[in-house]
Amino acid sequence: MTAPHTQAAASTPRRARSKTKAAPAAGPAASEKEHLTGFYRQMMLVRRFEERAQRAYTQALVGGYCHLNLGEEATVVGLLSALEPTDYLFTNYREHGYAITRGIDPKRVMAELYGRVDGVSKGWGGSMHMFDVTQRLLGGYGIVGGQLPIATGAALALQYQERPEVVMCTLGDGTTAIGAFHESLNLAGLWKLPIVYVIINNGLGMGTDVAHSSAEPELYKRGSAYRIESARVDGFDPEIVAEASAKAVQVAREGRPYLLEVITERLRGHSVVDPAKYRSAEEVERLKENDPVHTFAARLRERGVLDDEELAAIDREAIAQIDEVAQFAADSPFPETSTLFDHTYATPVPNDSRRRPGQPLFPPLPLPRVTDSLEERA
Amino acid sequence: MSVKTYREALHETLRGELIRDERVFLMGEEIGIFDGSYKITAGLLKEFGPKRVRDTPIAEEGFTGAAIGAAMLGLRPVVEIMTINFSLLALDQIVNHAAKIYGMFGGQMSVPMVIRTPGGGGQQLGASHSQNIELYYSFVPGLKVVAPSTPADAKALLLASIRDEDPVLFLENLALYNTKGEVPDADEPAQIGQAAVTRQGRDLTLIGYSRMALVAQEIAEQLAESEGLDIEVVDLRSLRPLDRQTIVESVKKTHAAVMLEDDWLTYGIGAEIAATISDGAFDYLDAPVRRVAMAEVPLPYSKPLETAALPSRDDVANAVHETLDAMARRR
Repeated sequence: MTAPHTQAAASTPRRARSKTKAAPAAGPAASEKEHLTGFYRQMMLVRRFEERAQRAYTQALVGGYCHLNLGEEATVVGLLSALEPTDYLFTNYREHGYAITRGIDPKRVMAELYGRVDGVSKGWGGSMHMFDVTQRLLGGYGIVGGQLPIATGAALALQYQERPEVVMCTLGDGTTAIGAFHESLNLAGLWKLPIVYVIINNGLGMGTDVAHSSAEPELYKRGSAYRIESARVDGFDPEIVAEASAKAVQVAREGRPYLLEVITERLRGHSVVDPAKYRSAEEVERLKENDPVHTFAARLRERGVLDDEELAAIDREAIAQIDEVAQFAADSPFPETSTLFDHTYATPVPNDSRRRPGQPLFPPLPLPRVTDSLEERA
Repeated sequence: MSVKTYREALHETLRGELIRDERVFLMGEEIGIFDGSYKITAGLLKEFGPKRVRDTPIAEEGFTGAAIGAAMLGLRPVVEIMTINFSLLALDQIVNHAAKIYGMFGGQMSVPMVIRTPGGGGQQLGASHSQNIELYYSFVPGLKVVAPSTPADAKALLLASIRDEDPVLFLENLALYNTKGEVPDADEPAQIGQAAVTRQGRDLTLIGYSRMALVAQEIAEQLAESEGLDIEVVDLRSLRPLDRQTIVESVKKTHAAVMLEDDWLTYGIGAEIAATISDGAFDYLDAPVRRVAMAEVPLPYSKPLETAALPSRDDVANAVHETLDAMARRR
């Protein structure tokens, strides 16, 4: 996993790592317990948040498109564990979990889904467009691949300003086919930018799988065309992802781009309205068995990190927190329609149109005018 | 005040801004080692180095998007897209991202960047290299689009664009680069979003922007000399926002308008101008608003065909005369 273009992880069966990490009889050290419990707590929060988002969507409290991180919890938590608070994160539209794991108050993320004024983007963005300057999540982008050139430019700015931060930019497996991916990687490789591109490979675009969309299905290998160091890892274990992410971030910190591919799964459809009929019953069964939250819980139990009661308590806390989160979102007001024209331009400009639909360009003139104008001309 | 070409005005303004503000940097294809396809950036790489004057690969989407990200983190990128035709390769970044980021994220971060790019036709470059598609960008809230016609405005509007917090598409024109005019020495940015009445008159209003504002000016002078006509000229200068008030005030005075544009007629910029006049000066109009635009074909290469497709001075003069005739019939 450390050498460029290794296939080690690809040929390693999922969850094999956990056996090599069996806890000693005495149980884990306190710091390790705290660390792993933190991972689990965060994963469970993402899980319960997304389930609640799905429910809110079916209750018509959330509109538009809504893509969930269900099945991606270990990847989300592992990836972000390697970032400093000052680093920058760019994501695609499947980003609720990234937003809350980055440290943005889940209440504000849910309020954004509800289109409320307390939302991270003040109700202007919705599910696909979470943004928070303080936590340095610079979007949430709905156009496939759109975030890549922008994140690359952010890394260019860090290099230009000789700053120590790095950029992490996530993308889906389908995005590796788009031009912006290749243009961005070429720029990053050419200019040696401090950026980690992370391919979240859940195997599917909407319903089209990697085999039907990429001539090189081992996506991390695409880095080699740009002389960008790359690796593929199992995304079902937050510890494995965290380790790979730390390595990638370290490389970026040294001033070189990195391409990390994380193999994960999407437990549900592409978005909440997709019943995923393209999946067989066996496939659905396999997904359940591989559920990263459950398998991680099992490993923590096996290693003596957390017992059943502790695991259940963490879940209860997450559920209770998400209840509060949803209540906050429901109680938050909608933005005033008088603010409709507040965010068109940052520098105010004369003649900026502030007309509502149907309004005339100019107020109607008093009639008649014909006589006046004839006199004027005489 | 001194006489400079449009090219010199752009070059000196870019140089001045590079000196003034460490955050300003230039990025684009062939702008450094090659000195720029149209030599606007000649010598700047040597003077400022590759960090400030960055040659890019041929990747419009990539480097335009990179400018967005750099702008979000506090820099002031000025991107050169070799001609506006190639901006289509960056359309997603310009329209879906540069124009959206400020609003879509609730006003948290602005995108202070400039995209300089020339339009133009009449250089026998063929259909894909001769378009005037500024309309595509003028349509989009969140973008600002400016189109200077003189060296003085090239300077003043470029200063304003670089210092603006929003993404600005700065439209140049291949046929304007060698035109000359007085340029003030002072550091005085123009106000984006304002048109200018560049010639006072009472008989009719000619409206244009970029190269066509210059053509309007020249034709107004010619018709004054040859026929004693008193034509007012409005230079739009800014396509978004559009200064409708100045247009309407002029037409209220002259009672007729002819719009000159280098783009295609149907849905073109002139259609918006005609709608503006219809709404704001309906009771004052003594003739329909006339539009002189390019023939609606992919621009051909062969010179006689190309010439036939582009609006000529005669086309403009005819439109003026026919409009004046129409007014006379109504009086």
